[in-house]
Amino acid sequence: MILARVLGTVITSSRVDNIEGAVYKIISPCTPGGSTLHGEMVALDLVGSSPNEFVIVSQGSSCRQTDFTKDKPVDAVIMGIVDIVEEEDKVVFQK
Amino acid sequence: MVLAKVVGSVVSTIKEPRLEGIKFLLLEKIDVKTLKGKKDFVVAMDAVGAGEGEIVFFVGGSSSRQTDVTAGKPSDATIIAIVDSFDIAGNTVYSKSSLVKGSSK
Repeated sequence: MILARVLGTVITSSRVDNIEGAVYKIISPCTPGGSTLHGEMVALDLVGSSPNEFVIVSQGSSCRQTDFTKDKPVDAVIMGIVDIVEEEDKVVFQK
Repeated sequence: MVLAKVVGSVVSTIKEPRLEGIKFLLLEKIDVKTLKGKKDFVVAMDAVGAGEGEIVFFVGGSSSRQTDVTAGKPSDATIIAIVDSFDIAGNTVYSKSSLVKGSSK
């Protein structure tokens, strides 16, 4: 999984994901402290994240290992909202 | 998934038999803040009926075979959605309807 920050929301009415009520967010990979890096992508949001929130994102075939995404065409899924990140015994991010 | 603009199509007559009947579109990945092309191109199978000029997102890897169109096909990039609009920090960066109005005639 990667740490990422939610940038915004993607609205799409024509899609073939077979996921009812799917919500897609634009995310940007982040440093552990929360600074955004390059490489923005679209991820399915399973946890109801808000813009600017710090999240963990699964990528690749692993993100099909949930009840919602089993056998679905998704390759990036927001799996959790981050409360605290600790790096070398120091809290580098706190919600 | 990755946001990209449909910039063209790819036609192939001599191809692996399983690719028969599949539409290939040429995509250019876009910068989500400026909508500018990144000169990074991908050939993707079209599962949603996208057209040139539209902004879409595609799924890569084994997940790209999880659509009715691409099941059992040798796909590693499949367009699964046509984007209506998206926002960054509450500001609309792209809206299909306004672009269509602006670009008509």
